[in-house]
Amino acid sequence: MRKPILKMTKAGLYCPAGDFCIDPWHGVPEAVITHGHGDHARWGSGKYVCQEDSVPILQYRLGEGIAVEGIPYRSPFKKGSAWVSFHPAGHILGSAQVRIEVDGQVAVVSGDYKLSPDSSCPPFEAVECDLFVTESTFGLPIYKWEKGATTFEKIVHWWEQNRQNHHPSLLFCYSLGKAQRILASLPRWTDQKIYIHGSIAPINRCYEERGVLLAPTEVVTQADPKHNYSQDLILAPTSAFRSGWMRRFKNLKTAFASGWMSIRGNKRRQGFDKGFILSDHADWEELLLAIHATGAKEVWVTHGQTEPLSRYLREVFKIDASPLKGFVQEDED
Amino acid sequence: MHRFLELIEQLDSTTSTNEKVNFIAAYFKQASPADSAWVLFFLSGHRLKRFISSPKLWSWCMEETQLPGWLIEESYAHVGDSAELIALLIHEEKQTEEKRTLSEWMERFILPLKDKSEEEQRREITSMWKNQSRFERFLTNKILGGSFRLGVSSLLMVKGLSKAFDIPIATLNIKLAGEWKPTSEFFTHLISEAALPSNPLNPYPFFLAAHMEGDPQQLGDPADWMAEWKWDGIRAQIIQRSGGQAIWSRGNELITRSFPELLPDQKHTFVIDGEILAFKEEKPLPFTELQKRLGRKIVSKGVQEKYPVHFMIYDLLEWDGEDLRHLPYHMRRDLLTQYSAYFLTQPLYRIPPALEIPNWESARQWREEAFKAGTEGLIFKKKDSSYGAGRKRGFWWKYKVESMTIDAVLIYAQPGSGYRSGLYTDYTFGVWEKGELVPIAKAYSGLTQAEIRDVDKWIRRETLEKFGPVRRVKPELVFELAFENIQESKRHKAGLAVRFPRIKRRRLDKTAETANTLDDLRQLLQERNSHGK
Repeated sequence: MRKPILKMTKAGLYCPAGDFCIDPWHGVPEAVITHGHGDHARWGSGKYVCQEDSVPILQYRLGEGIAVEGIPYRSPFKKGSAWVSFHPAGHILGSAQVRIEVDGQVAVVSGDYKLSPDSSCPPFEAVECDLFVTESTFGLPIYKWEKGATTFEKIVHWWEQNRQNHHPSLLFCYSLGKAQRILASLPRWTDQKIYIHGSIAPINRCYEERGVLLAPTEVVTQADPKHNYSQDLILAPTSAFRSGWMRRFKNLKTAFASGWMSIRGNKRRQGFDKGFILSDHADWEELLLAIHATGAKEVWVTHGQTEPLSRYLREVFKIDASPLKGFVQEDED
Repeated sequence: MHRFLELIEQLDSTTSTNEKVNFIAAYFKQASPADSAWVLFFLSGHRLKRFISSPKLWSWCMEETQLPGWLIEESYAHVGDSAELIALLIHEEKQTEEKRTLSEWMERFILPLKDKSEEEQRREITSMWKNQSRFERFLTNKILGGSFRLGVSSLLMVKGLSKAFDIPIATLNIKLAGEWKPTSEFFTHLISEAALPSNPLNPYPFFLAAHMEGDPQQLGDPADWMAEWKWDGIRAQIIQRSGGQAIWSRGNELITRSFPELLPDQKHTFVIDGEILAFKEEKPLPFTELQKRLGRKIVSKGVQEKYPVHFMIYDLLEWDGEDLRHLPYHMRRDLLTQYSAYFLTQPLYRIPPALEIPNWESARQWREEAFKAGTEGLIFKKKDSSYGAGRKRGFWWKYKVESMTIDAVLIYAQPGSGYRSGLYTDYTFGVWEKGELVPIAKAYSGLTQAEIRDVDKWIRRETLEKFGPVRRVKPELVFELAFENIQESKRHKAGLAVRFPRIKRRRLDKTAETANTLDDLRQLLQERNSHGK
């Protein structure tokens, strides 16, 4: 019997032929990283290998001192007896699917991905393989994204209404990825300066360094303290919700941009005035489309709705699919 | 239709009560009376009764989407609301804007569906779904399924109306009490000068007591207050007017037919406020006995004898056509005493005492006696208070017996619905019996948002087994549960049932082994019963 390309270890997915882990959960000698989000790029490994646009992000998040190697998309390199290459995942800047070929067998680890267009990173590319390891954050048929442009129109409309009523518009979104996607899309509707929370600025620099065009921004704490924000859109991470930082905005309206906002209960529970459905992940149909496009006979499902998505793939598409065990889920989007 | 959707979206996008009232007022100011009547109907919690059942909508959705049943169930566990679930699962093919007004749409399309064959209903509804936006589909399903609750209380609605037409809230409350139909005529009457209720048998808006936290000392001078027992039954108004007789529950349901023996003889006209109690041999029976009287179309003599009831009169609201609600409580009470000779000729009526309070210490002692008297505690009523509407704080206070508590172990968890959807928040708890945990209560409230998240994560990690959306978890977490009462029950595996269980706190200091046993609960039950006798 042929040795498997990938197996689960205490540190997560491991490739024996190349002796490296992919997005390990704790420090290992050599880590191949799909993208810079905290639940994929963790601290403590001896060496990191990632797509080249991810390098500044990893350095910012894990420290300048880490040993990191950046490789362009579609450029195979050898690790032990495995050929490894990165392919666009369309999730955030530098996000990559990891293709691993050993003895003519191909496995692809998707990391997080989406198929919807995003002007802040290159689009997802399907890679043919025998084994596909897919995420499933939104792996239920209730998740169906509307066109990104529609969502941005809604955001702009909401902002416009708030301006008329002199409410500052505070839009919460993740600092890495979502914020830049919004900033890269807004110039289509406005050239107004967007205010941002301090945690977003260094990530913007990582993006701009790699040539992504973003709307003009100013960090709130560096702006004129007397500035009244009644005409402005402000972006901030959810950690700033109900914080001392937020108190400077009087009479404000809040919203959250996330795939989770598809469900009314989530919005109401979290106490935002408004929810915009904007996700960095694939919805149900995108997941099925991507999985089909790989032609994989075997699918491992991780990160999210692992049980239902695997069962559906088995029962309806007769694909040998199973949940990847041993991963403790934390909510993210 | 467009304005209606816009209003709901506006109400949905703010948490400020003031803004909601403004949105509602702005809507009423420009909408037609016919549309306004429907908005008022839905947003004040009315619904189309027995219209299109949720299982029907569910099965049409399954046919349309071709998704397996288990996947729809799994999805439901994340959404927690079937109207929303269907709105998310069906995708629009092309969106055509609904040009009809809300009332035209309701009256020419929705209401006629009721008399159509199931096949016609399916065809019309599924094709409508595919032409609607997700939000429109969601609202349509809410209307069809008869569960239109969207975080707007009827009080907010009335405030909005009052603001739009500059009519006092009290006037609107009177006109809106009881049953009404969402018609243009009704709405026009509502906002007109005409003062009297349209239906001569309508009740007055109920005045409700607020729950008192802490000691009665805070109410100031006991001489300003009186105390009554707090009975555990159905709050109701009995109406005897020249136009006929009616019994209304606090939920504005007409329950005349459930309690025919409580209708008085017709010597006087009046409105009384009080409590319907299951009552036998001069003792109140548990609330569960009373429930057996509800929901029956015909209440036979046999049922009346098996589950006998009494009416405890609290207050006299109208006598000989005169509205007495503006009088101070002690004067209404005096009038009640004055006419007691008449009321007590009605065999099932009682006038429980209203006591002067010498000092707060006596009130505390009375509360200790509450269970002996078969009551839940005391109600304090301010002597000089008129009979208001709704839960207006400061005049009537509930002072209930401290609840009983036990430590129980979390054994099953299920995702919540509504604003708790997607998180595991509905818990089942067990106590020990011969080395096993026997389920004794389901509860969900009482934890902070952070605790809910924490427990949710723990549940996902420590699941032993899944049955659909329900997870059996490792018996490890201990919670202190509070409940109001404990009763024998043949329907429950434990042989007893607790009333109004709720989570008081998580007991991080306790291990599962040290939780209470079923024997402890049996002991509580026995103590409770011996007090009651």
